[in-house]
Amino acid sequence: MSPNLQIAFRFLTAKKRAMLMSLACIVLGVGLFIVTQATTSGFEGFFIKTILGANGAIRIEDEIQATIRSMAAGGEDSSSNFQVLEKEGRKYIQGIQQPELIMDALRHFSNVAGVAEVLHGDVIINSSFKNDSAQVYGINLEDYLKVSDLGGHIVQGSLEEFRNEPDEGALMGRILAEREQLNVGDSFILQVHNQIRRYRVAAIYETGVRDIDQVRVYIHLSEARSLLEKPTGASFIQVNLYDELRAPQDALQMERTLHHSAAPWQEREKEWLEVFGALRKSTAITVSVFTLIAALAMFNTLAMIVLEKTKDIAILRSMGYTRQDISRIFLWQAAIVLAIGTVIGCLFGAGVTYAISQIPLRIRTIFTTDTFVVAWSVWHYIEATLTAVVMVMVASLIPARRAARLEPGDIIRGTAL
Amino acid sequence: MPAPSDSTALRCQNLHRFLGRDEGRVHVLKGVSFEAQRGQVYAVVGPSGCGKSTLLYQLGLLDQPDGGEIWINQQLMSNHDDTARTAARGEHIGFVFQFHFLMLEFTALENVMMPMRKLGRLGAEAMAERASSLLAAVGLGDKTHRLATHLSGGEQQRVAVARALANQPAILLADEPTGNLDQRNSGVVFDLLMRLAKENRQAIVLVTHNPEIANRCDVVRPMRDGVFV
Repeated sequence: MSPNLQIAFRFLTAKKRAMLMSLACIVLGVGLFIVTQATTSGFEGFFIKTILGANGAIRIEDEIQATIRSMAAGGEDSSSNFQVLEKEGRKYIQGIQQPELIMDALRHFSNVAGVAEVLHGDVIINSSFKNDSAQVYGINLEDYLKVSDLGGHIVQGSLEEFRNEPDEGALMGRILAEREQLNVGDSFILQVHNQIRRYRVAAIYETGVRDIDQVRVYIHLSEARSLLEKPTGASFIQVNLYDELRAPQDALQMERTLHHSAAPWQEREKEWLEVFGALRKSTAITVSVFTLIAALAMFNTLAMIVLEKTKDIAILRSMGYTRQDISRIFLWQAAIVLAIGTVIGCLFGAGVTYAISQIPLRIRTIFTTDTFVVAWSVWHYIEATLTAVVMVMVASLIPARRAARLEPGDIIRGTAL
Repeated sequence: MPAPSDSTALRCQNLHRFLGRDEGRVHVLKGVSFEAQRGQVYAVVGPSGCGKSTLLYQLGLLDQPDGGEIWINQQLMSNHDDTARTAARGEHIGFVFQFHFLMLEFTALENVMMPMRKLGRLGAEAMAERASSLLAAVGLGDKTHRLATHLSGGEQQRVAVARALANQPAILLADEPTGNLDQRNSGVVFDLLMRLAKENRQAIVLVTHNPEIANRCDVVRPMRDGVFV
């Protein structure tokens, strides 16, 4: 052990109570930082997982037309009934006319894990209990399972039944099923324009997203084409990625290459993600106050030690200890308390995070959970430790430099400080 | 002043030092010159406030002079930066203060080892061995592991003497080393300093108000109003 470190250790014992107070503040600061980051990130991560599981990482939708003039030329002689939308100077043709070609192209992107075409439309659902509006989603089950967590969302019945009933099998959201008082095996009618068709509940799913679970009915794609009278095309293509965080870059590239709008999940859920991000930052700032108090406590303690140890500083300087040595002795004291505080703080944070994860909490809105959702990330511990290190060491620099500046002659003469 | 010889451990020439600021500024040292030879014990005496201690701190490089020069072992040190002066203190100078100034959280042995650990000339075992032998030499061989707080005033001052000798300095500066001790302990500490100075050929400069102690030194230099008289 270096002499500076040994002296620092011994000096610490001179101010046990004050040092324990600083230590407690560091433990609280680090621990609570970890806990708040774990809970806010937990809910954010769970929300993202839910969204990705339900709607995929990227959605390829409307075709983008290069110019207004070319669209008008095509539209005059054409019998097409595609609706033309105008947005920010660009023209969009709703839907995808040749989904197979687009899907083939998408499969060439290295980050694409799966693609599935979806045809959807608004329908009226009639059960023996009541009529209600709903949205029908026509899917190829095997493709769709590659771009969603639908298989894991089934809460009643089984996908096998849906797979075995290509004509009348349907997957219904839990809230919609409850509202219509439908159970697995029950029949209901979907109605759109002149089409009226009967289906059977093969399974009930729950994504946790209320907006999905209360309106969406999945049927087979071929059946949806008949019901919605759209023999070709698709409403959108759902894309799953290996690295979901790269969705914005991939979406941009897809949009440029395929001339169809591509919406990454970060853009689709921008509002909620901003809310979660703001919440995470605000709690981090709030909890950093504890660390700031720890830094102030450390400043105060070290300043007191400098005052009490001026004669020791003079002795050390007379023995050949340099100004840097004196400064290091005081910084070591801060570092020792900081190291102990961050280790205990991390353990405390992990313990409280685990305890919080066991607390019952029922949420049924943007996702479904019955307990607090926490995230276990090493970055929370690194961030908490770095915050404590920066604040405490910066606060410790002032008394340490003050101690180093003391002139031994002034101390012995009694004119220092 | 005669030309310095190889046996000159410490020399200062025309030292000036002002203390205080503005109207309270006092000219404490007014062109003091002094020389100390190895193996000799010097007593600086004089009334309070005449500049004895200020001179001692100047000679020990604990304070910067406002004018004049200081040589330590024939090396001009007064115009050096703080790092060089600090290194010279650690290597060539030992201090004994009136209030012993031991580090209270450390044992007697650790206090004596403190300057050795900084200088780093010896290994851990050799340092402990030398510290033990120094403590034995000052009569504290059986109290090496006692905390400084568990030693009497006289014992603490003897530990301070042992600590000052730890790095075998060429110069030992003592500011009223017996001023805080009873007569018996004063005698013990002074005898110790005299014996070690002669044995190790060290130059000892001590500031004292005690005429008995001063009269037993090899050279007595009285001071008045910032100059030797």
